[in-house]
Amino acid sequence: MGPIKKIQYNCKQATFLIEKRLIEQLTLREKVELHIHLAGCSVCRVFDKQSQMINTMVRQLFNQANDTAIHLDDSFKKDLQHRIEEELNKN
Amino acid sequence: MLATQLLNPHKWVDNYADYLYAYAITRIRDEEQARDLVQEVFLAALERADKFEGKSSERTWLTAILKNKIIDVYRKKSSGLVTVDVKMDQQTDQNFFHEDGHWREEHWPREFGVDGHDLLHNKEFNQVLQKCLQKLPVLWLAVFTMKHMEDEATETICTELKVSSANFWVIIHRAKLNLRACLQKTWI
Repeated sequence: MGPIKKIQYNCKQATFLIEKRLIEQLTLREKVELHIHLAGCSVCRVFDKQSQMINTMVRQLFNQANDTAIHLDDSFKKDLQHRIEEELNKN
Repeated sequence: MLATQLLNPHKWVDNYADYLYAYAITRIRDEEQARDLVQEVFLAALERADKFEGKSSERTWLTAILKNKIIDVYRKKSSGLVTVDVKMDQQTDQNFFHEDGHWREEHWPREFGVDGHDLLHNKEFNQVLQKCLQKLPVLWLAVFTMKHMEDEATETICTELKVSSANFWVIIHRAKLNLRACLQKTWI
């Protein structure tokens, strides 16, 4: 099998390239390989779409640090500030 | 007293504790540990307050300290698990694909049923995603998180977590295969 034929039938390699593409630029050869594979493989097209969506969602999940609904309880905060004042007074 | 006038530790808890806590909890999902980290960050910040030059905001500076502490947590959690993970890799390979690289039919990715935009804001789907993330092996989650959430350089991740470049790519690939499969299994 030639290299093109090989990728055409290799979903494992195609999904790897899909992941790689989310992180860094593919080589020209990899781009062509993936393009050819996706053109003929609807299953990997679904994977591709979902993989990108997952990344968007996970990113969104981690940006909840700006979500004001997450709070420390007041007593913990009080103790913590107390601890900081103690440290400050040591100096 | 602190030499620098740039920092105001008297206001740290009021201004940043909730933010830092939320930042930690979204990344390590452990309330007690997240609380400890917030405290450690403030104490560490006091110790090195003289090194603060005011080039970044107080919040950015404190967040950077927290970020390093979270990487320490990832590192501690994942150390010693490398051999176990390699075994799981082989198993995963066999699970998802035939030897010739074709998907096994039972693992074919199928549409989640609702279009992507709806799912992004779907609360239940987000909860499923969180559960599936927690099912990943610790080292995989650490690699995945540092890459896709923190945008760390690949070399940094490899150095910090002591994984080879080849293993990094294996983990990135496997983590997504497993995460996506878990979503499909749980959601559909």
